[in-house]
Amino acid sequence: MAIGVKVLRRPDRGVSYVRATLKGMAITFRKMLEPKVTMQYPEEKSAPEPERGGWTISPRWRGTHRMLTDEQGRSKCVACGLCPQICPANCIKLVPGEDEEGHRYPLIYEIDEFRCIFCGYCQEVCPEEAIHVGVHYENAEYSRDRFVYDLERLSSQAHPVSSLWDPMDPKGE
Amino acid sequence: MTPELKGFLLVSAVKLLVVFTITLVGVALLTLMERKVSAWMQYRRGPNRVGFAGLLQPAADGVKNILKEETFPGTANRGLFMLAPTLAFIPAMTLGSIIHWAAPLPINFDFTLPLLGRFAYSALTTMAVADLPIGMIFVLAVSSTGVYGIALAGWSSNNKYSLLGGLRATAQMVSYEVAMGLAVIPVLLLTGNVAFGEIIKAQQQNGIAFNWFVFPLFIAFHNFLVSGFAETNRLPFDLPEAESELIAGYHTEYSAMKFSMFFIAEYANMVTVSAMVTTLFLGGWDIPFTHWDETPGLAQTLATGAMMFLKITFWLFFFMWIRWTLPRFRYDQLMTLGWKVLMPVGLAYVMLIASAIYLADNVLLLTNPLMKLLLLTGINVALGYLIFVVLDRGLLITGTRKRGGAVERATGAA
Repeated sequence: MAIGVKVLRRPDRGVSYVRATLKGMAITFRKMLEPKVTMQYPEEKSAPEPERGGWTISPRWRGTHRMLTDEQGRSKCVACGLCPQICPANCIKLVPGEDEEGHRYPLIYEIDEFRCIFCGYCQEVCPEEAIHVGVHYENAEYSRDRFVYDLERLSSQAHPVSSLWDPMDPKGE
Repeated sequence: MTPELKGFLLVSAVKLLVVFTITLVGVALLTLMERKVSAWMQYRRGPNRVGFAGLLQPAADGVKNILKEETFPGTANRGLFMLAPTLAFIPAMTLGSIIHWAAPLPINFDFTLPLLGRFAYSALTTMAVADLPIGMIFVLAVSSTGVYGIALAGWSSNNKYSLLGGLRATAQMVSYEVAMGLAVIPVLLLTGNVAFGEIIKAQQQNGIAFNWFVFPLFIAFHNFLVSGFAETNRLPFDLPEAESELIAGYHTEYSAMKFSMFFIAEYANMVTVSAMVTTLFLGGWDIPFTHWDETPGLAQTLATGAMMFLKITFWLFFFMWIRWTLPRFRYDQLMTLGWKVLMPVGLAYVMLIASAIYLADNVLLLTNPLMKLLLLTGINVALGYLIFVVLDRGLLITGTRKRGGAVERATGAA
């Protein structure tokens, strides 16, 4: 016998094929009448009931990005350049600009969502809490170039943002 | 043409149209039923997007299959490759024409149409397209020809998996044909005829309200059912298309409507086997506990048609039920079951039932059919206990077994 082959002991007495079949049929019939667990996806997007898996999307989910804005509707980004620096996929394009008063702001801020690996480092590194990964997963588009999100697109997203995993509070309490 | 011939042709054409339409629509809905039942048994809901509760899913599948690209393997034998689905499809559809779907209906008409002339018809019409006097023999003959389509499909594809699938299908269908034929003989003995009309009549007469052959011939019923599963290549005998070993078996290389033809043929065969089980053992269109359905009339025809539909639907459900209960047999187990179990049991059973009928008719002179029924039922209960409880202890399926020891793997069987 080759190493690592597990030999199953099969029952050798008291086994009747017909009775086993009838027993199995009773089980399958009973299971057929039990409540269904399928989630009707486009209509329902979460099933919090525990008997259906208790499925809701995690607040730590890292999806497509969102840029937060201040009260005047300007993006919070100060174009410090940390996010393109830390981005392991090199998917953030940032061209900084400066106004008359010396405030830095992004002239161009683009994220290529196809290259993004959704690590969430940009959100972690951002000193102004401007760029966030979102709790969002419905991203279908009709063309590839729609997946390069510019500043306007990033700022107009309204979905909730991720509460990244905190090593000091690993269970989210 | 005489008016009578024209009337006959008209009635036959209408019956043909109705039966063919119902079979094809029924097969389409059957694919939906299969997916629904499969889903329910796995806690899923099944297709429910197309139309109300997914009822239009078969239409969507049909449109998809017709519009899909037809692919041909470069090394396939084109002619045979194209012919095979047709050869599988035609016998499956042919068999639907001899099933008695409902009680006979008296039809009388005599009218004249412009150009076509006079139509006259007056007869008690059986609700089968062709009420063949050789009924059951025709079924055995034609259902065997369905294997040509499968064998040719596997062979002409020029693909080792297809070939193996086709070979397995051929061996399996030929083997179980024997067991099936043997399981039918007791019914024919008890009826004294092979025509379906007579078989159904024998199950509703004798002054007993509930004279279905499933009770006096239970072992034959069981053997017929098992052979029926093997004949239709359904689980647990779906070795010809065992996807874990053979991809999709004989229809690996088929796509689009040609694949669909195999699919339709398989489901039509399921309907046929269900109708056969119903006709031979469950009284056909007979409504139990009443003699009302034996007098011809429109209401009776409709009611018995509904009854037949219910019975067939139950057996179709049974097919799916078994599919999700039993795992697939190993090839040697399949052959062992067919040749070493079902055939000897079937042969012995034919002899036993023949002797019992002879005994009842000529020695005991039982004139009361109830007594004959009870005698046969008693024999079946005793036999059933012997086969299903005493002998069936891991012995019948796994092959050889040492006394008191572990089960030995069946080696080189069949």
